[in-house]
Amino acid sequence: MPSRRGIVAVLTSAALIALWAWATGPSGIISPVRFPSPPLVWEALVQVSTVGFGGATLPVHIVTSVALVIEGFLVAAGTGTVLGLAMGWDRRVAAIVNPIFQLIRPIPPLSWIPLVILWLGFDNSAKILVIWFAAFVPALINTQTGVRDIPEHLVEAAYMLGTPRWRLLWGIVIPAALPTIFTGLRLSLQASWTTLVAAELVGSFYGLGHILNEAQQSVYPGMIFVGMAAVGLFGWLTTVALAFIESRVLAWHPSVRELVSA
Amino acid sequence: MRNRALRLSASARGGLGLLGLAGFFGIWTACSVTGLVSATFLPDPVSVIARLITLLDNPYAGYTLPEHLTASFFRYGSGLLLATGIGLPLGLLMGWFRLIDDIITPVFDGLRFIAPLAWVPFAALWFGTGLGGPVLIIFTGAFPPVLIGAYRGARLIDPQLVEAARMLGTPHHRMLTEILLPDAVPSIVSGLRVAAGLGWQSLIGAELIVVSSGVGYMMVQAQSAVSTRTVMAGIIAVGLVGSAIDFLLRLGEGAVRQRYGVLGPSK
Repeated sequence: MPSRRGIVAVLTSAALIALWAWATGPSGIISPVRFPSPPLVWEALVQVSTVGFGGATLPVHIVTSVALVIEGFLVAAGTGTVLGLAMGWDRRVAAIVNPIFQLIRPIPPLSWIPLVILWLGFDNSAKILVIWFAAFVPALINTQTGVRDIPEHLVEAAYMLGTPRWRLLWGIVIPAALPTIFTGLRLSLQASWTTLVAAELVGSFYGLGHILNEAQQSVYPGMIFVGMAAVGLFGWLTTVALAFIESRVLAWHPSVRELVSA
Repeated sequence: MRNRALRLSASARGGLGLLGLAGFFGIWTACSVTGLVSATFLPDPVSVIARLITLLDNPYAGYTLPEHLTASFFRYGSGLLLATGIGLPLGLLMGWFRLIDDIITPVFDGLRFIAPLAWVPFAALWFGTGLGGPVLIIFTGAFPPVLIGAYRGARLIDPQLVEAARMLGTPHHRMLTEILLPDAVPSIVSGLRVAAGLGWQSLIGAELIVVSSGVGYMMVQAQSAVSTRTVMAGIIAVGLVGSAIDFLLRLGEGAVRQRYGVLGPSK
């Protein structure tokens, strides 16, 4: 039995697609130079999938972008989480790092793009560095907050029972901070996509941003549509994948919550 | 060994902080001055600041830095205003009326995962690269948080309050101005603050790609001319303006929270 919400969603989507086809097609309200009709989008999709566009076929562009997002995300999330753990755990680390961090944090990540291009050119490493600037911050802040907000009595109890330090970290601190860490990771992933698309638009040889750039240069609305749809689709897929990992890793979480609130 | 519980005195924290900053600027200066990294690619901090001051009244890429910033700021304000003008009422309506929620949410969810900068080609195609195109890109960055903030605010309202007011025969417009809106305000303001940050970020992205004035454009020009000092001065300027915006909004948020209670988006 489909929900009311689901029915409305399907009806809305159908209405929008019909409106799109009608406005760009028979009625001629929207000129195909401004926004492509469904057949033009299909044409562009077929072209980029078979002949290729912007120097490669669609799968190559997709693999390039998705791989860069994942690599950049992993580097940023890894360094951010480790530093966040250290800062949350040891106030001396926080005291040393915080002023530097506060100095760099207000800078919008995209404004690093020109500097990174000067340093590394249009190389893949340049994209990863730009993603790092953007995705590092939420991972770090949320990990630090997560560790700092662990209820004192959990740590005290573990100490009293003589838990060794490493087990304290693996067994208590990290698990207790994980929900907050994942909040940070979701934000990091989103930031990774935003910055990668921007960096690819500014300069790249392959990738979804490269499709968008080439399509813009040659005024090819159908291909712009395909590029945007691919960005949205794969942005969504990576988000779903992260949510899946989160649900697996945190499967035990409600029981921990009970423990904490007890 | 209990590092987490270790409390640092203010002086110890200050000292360690200075140590961190000294290390950061020390390594930066040392790399540049000793020639470990060529000064073309990593100018030392002093020359970057000097460059920033020079840019204040010497034009680069056609305009002085304040003129670039003014151009940027005008686009930014327009985009933010547009996002607020559409996102705020729409979010409130979605929160108050189930049917509107059911209709808009799937569309919003479908578009949400498209990175704001992916709108650049259509923005340029539809509205040109002067004002309209960049404004659309700022809009796509700032719109979601405004909408979500307003939506959450509208949903936070205590149904008992609404029922009580309805029972007492409160007229529609007073219901809106005295119950529905005030309850939503704190969440709306939080959404606006996030939107202001994301909008500023999108603006810089847009300026890197499509326009011919503004601080982002200045940085791209400096990048092509391999003037790392100018690029870095631009980064500092963008960061300063971003912090100023955030600071002002924080003040505003604090004032609003005090006035309307402490309901937040975390609820």
